[in-house]
Formats: sequence, C-alpha cells, structure tokens
Amino acid sequence: MALEAAEIKNMILEILPDAQVQVQDMRGDGSQFAAHVVSEQFVGKNRVQQHQMVYKALKGKVGEELHALSLQTSAPE
Amino acid sequence: MTNPVFDRIKNDVESNDIVLYMKGDAMFPQCGFSATVVEILNYFNVDYQTHNVLQDESLREGIKQYSDWPTIPQLYVKGEFLGGCDIIREMAANGELVAHFESVGIEPKN
Repeated sequence: MALEAAEIKNMILEILPDAQVQVQDMRGDGSQFAAHVVSEQFVGKNRVQQHQMVYKALKGKVGEELHALSLQTSAPE
Repeated sequence: MTNPVFDRIKNDVESNDIVLYMKGDAMFPQCGFSATVVEILNYFNVDYQTHNVLQDESLREGIKQYSDWPTIPQLYVKGEFLGGCDIIREMAANGELVAHFESVGIEPKN
C-alpha cells in the first residue's frame, strides 16, 4: 500500500517536532515524493547528517516502499 | 569480525579520488538518479570510477550499511561520502561541488 504525503510528514514531525515540513506527491500515485524540511535540529549538521536524520524518522521506509524521495533540508535562516 | 564487503569498499574509496556506486554504469546508467550524477560528473569533466550495484547484491546492501545511507547512487570523494543524487545535484547547482573538488585537489581532465 503506497505511502501518503501526510503519513510521511507525520513521521518526520514525530522525530523533529519543531520542523516545518512540506511533502508533495509528485505523481499523485505514491511513487515519487518531494519533501522540504526546515528544523533547528539541523543547525551545525552537514547535509548528509540532516538527510540521515530524516531517513531515520522514516524508519527504514526510504529505499523500500518509499522508492523515490527527493529531499531538501536546511536549518532556519 | 571484519566485513569483506566493507574492506573492498574502503579500499576502493581510499584508492580512487572519485567513486560512484550506481545502478548500471557510466555508459548505460539504469536509473534516473544514477544517470543524473553521471551527467554531473561528466559535466565537470573529472575522472571517476563506477561500481554497478545491480551486478553485486552484497555490494548493493553493503554500501548502504557502510555509509548509513538507504539509497543508490552514492558518491564518494577522497574517501568521504558526499551524498546521493539530491545532495550532489544541489551542490552542483550552487557551485559547492566544484569548490569541493578544488579544495581536495581534484582537477578536471585536460
């Protein structure tokens, strides 16, 4: 059963409660998502570490049910 | 207990400036994300080594554990994991990638 954008957003917010999260289902069929995550917890972390935090929040789904997730992360300006 | 796949990966990424773990190879990438990184490396005209994870299941899983990164492609520069398609595309677009190459002494082919 394909994941929904809202489900992905909630999983990210569970681990990063302060984050601003936008998740888009790029094709409308749950096959490709784009997510933009801004969080204080990214401060001082490089992009790889920031992305790894989001992947951990998604509990191993990335690369499995969630084949294509294009991710952009940043600390607040 | 050493992990033979990790040893192989470690040796590859430490003995080659740029190593790309991808689906397919530079001539025939077999996934859009892998193809994007190949195009970026070709654009910057740098030498790089590729490994086709589709031909080696132990490498396909091993590389994900080695870098703690769940997807392919994965780009290594001077032994350091730089990122997957998103990060490399972002770095290429904002000039960080070429700056990083210069900072670690990687020159374009002449």
